[in-house]
Amino acid sequence: MVTALVASRVSPGRVGAVIGRNVGALRSGPSYWIILVSGFFEPLLYLLSIGVGVGALIGDLTVDGRTMSYAAFVAPAMLAVSAMSGALAETTFNFFFKLKYMKTFEAVLATPVRPIEIAFGELVWSIVRGSLYTGIFLVVMVAMGLTEPGWALAAFPATVLVGLAFGGLGMAISTLMRGWQDFDLMGTGQFALFLFSGTFSPVRDYPAAVEVLVQLTPLYHAVELVRGLCMGVPGWGLLGHVAYLAALAGAGVWFASRRLARVLCD
Amino acid sequence: MADQPLIYARGLVKRFGKFTAVDGIDLEVAPGEAFGFLGPNGAGKSSTMRMIGCVSTPTSGELRILGMDAVRDGPSIRARLGVCPQLDNLDPDLTVRENLVTYARYFGLSRAESRRRADELLEFVQLAERAGGKVEPLSGGMKRRLTIARAMVNDPDLVLLDEPTTGLDPQARHLLWERLFRLKQRGVTLVLTTHYMDEAEQLCDRLVVMDGGRIVAEGSPRSLIETYSTPEVVEVRFPGMSESGARHAAALEGVGKRVDPLPDRVLVYVDDGDAALAEIQRRGLEPSSVLVRRSTLEDVFLHLTGRTLVD
Ligand SMILES: Nc1ncnc2c1ncn2[C@@H]1O[C@H](COP(=O)(O)OP(=O)(O)OP(=O)(O)O)[C@@H](O)[C@H]1O
Ligand SMILES: [Mg+2]
Repeated sequence: MVTALVASRVSPGRVGAVIGRNVGALRSGPSYWIILVSGFFEPLLYLLSIGVGVGALIGDLTVDGRTMSYAAFVAPAMLAVSAMSGALAETTFNFFFKLKYMKTFEAVLATPVRPIEIAFGELVWSIVRGSLYTGIFLVVMVAMGLTEPGWALAAFPATVLVGLAFGGLGMAISTLMRGWQDFDLMGTGQFALFLFSGTFSPVRDYPAAVEVLVQLTPLYHAVELVRGLCMGVPGWGLLGHVAYLAALAGAGVWFASRRLARVLCD
Repeated sequence: MADQPLIYARGLVKRFGKFTAVDGIDLEVAPGEAFGFLGPNGAGKSSTMRMIGCVSTPTSGELRILGMDAVRDGPSIRARLGVCPQLDNLDPDLTVRENLVTYARYFGLSRAESRRRADELLEFVQLAERAGGKVEPLSGGMKRRLTIARAMVNDPDLVLLDEPTTGLDPQARHLLWERLFRLKQRGVTLVLTTHYMDEAEQLCDRLVVMDGGRIVAEGSPRSLIETYSTPEVVEVRFPGMSESGARHAAALEGVGKRVDPLPDRVLVYVDDGDAALAEIQRRGLEPSSVLVRRSTLEDVFLHLTGRTLVD
């Protein structure tokens, strides 16, 4: 029902036009490219410093009866983080800027384009950016022998889903932001997720209460899904993570488009 | 269909919380008309324009645009509107030309058609040589022209212009007026808001005077002047006016049909300026300056609201 309702109101052409605006912005100057490139290096540097560097001190790791190098444990998590950062960078800073300061969406809403079409367009665009990161990251992982090429191909769509989930979440948060000070808060939250989502150590090693808390947050599901695929151990359990991420993506887009209409069309 | 009004409003109200910005207005704008909202800051002009542009939902009342319901058919209506908002919202990330091409794509025009329209419109607003540059370095008048070009990308049936020339120097304003006049000649229906009576006189076939969210008068610029003012106005200034304005006004009573004391001058509304000058002389008054001019919409506004338009 909901999908039918959405489909009847969303025009692919108009969503494409919203994406097209961002392509145009990309063409217009080097500043965007610098931000784009810098966003890629962060997870890669973590992989090298912690995964490989600290991994040399730790040695191998046994999780759920499987033994692997520490780098192979950390790499899928960094891949998920990379998908998250790519999507969030686009849907928080850039989205907020377009909403509040550049009045981009205000101008767009004077045309037949609807708030939901803006939300979809911006989401797809954030996925394009995120996928650029994750694609390259997967190539690096295969080159370093941290995953098999076949499993890397399987993990790629999973990173797209991770991007959709965080993109939706990022947009929803952006429509609630009051000003730049709120971004500090969000940055802290993002960093906490980065550290405690089973990224650097298995969640099962956390105290039980913390483990439950972590299991409620999105990056945990992203890491588990991506790690399961990269390590070549798919199981039905992964579908739970897929469902969580898909629900987050849907709820984010829905909420963001509602808020856009409220903020811009009162 | 042909004689159906493009805009039809009955009892249109817009409230923001407890505050009423538009307080029950009735409107009808015919195809091909150039229609204006004249009023001071806060009169409710932009609020009305945003409802007509289907980006703001009326609190109550009926509003039909192009024969469709403004609330239900927003996207279909917006597809046929061109909107120039009070504050420019051009895209600083895009070049001048891309601003138009991108905007055309929102209306579903093909890429090739969008480019063709963009080039044609840049020509029309005399910005062709700035096509590849960014928006930021453009002057205020150029930005305004670009916004108007953007409002034209979808070849709209109705163009909404919210204070198209506010803040521009006289030369830029005249250039804009000339472009808008051409649109009007092509048969495009224009609806604009303005603080400037000369703009309203230049561009509007018909206008309403708005104040405090209500329409206080309606008609052609000429008929408004005829109804609410006299053909000529004598502006009389006296030395040291500010302390003794009322006394000076009293001294001028009876010279014309009506006397209006302002802080810096007294306005005397008369049928014949020369006769009034002679009468002032006969009474032995010694003004520091006297000026006879034609009546304008400013005088109409002053009469209707007791306030000047631009403060
Ligand atoms: N989004 C809003 N929330 C609250 N109040 C608003 C909002 N928009 C407008 N108002 C108020 O409504 C009144 C009318 O505003 P509006 O912008 O329609 O006036 P205007 O005639 O366009 O004035 P101006 O000539 O200054 O542009 C003003 O008092 C304004 O403060
Ligand atoms: Mg206004």
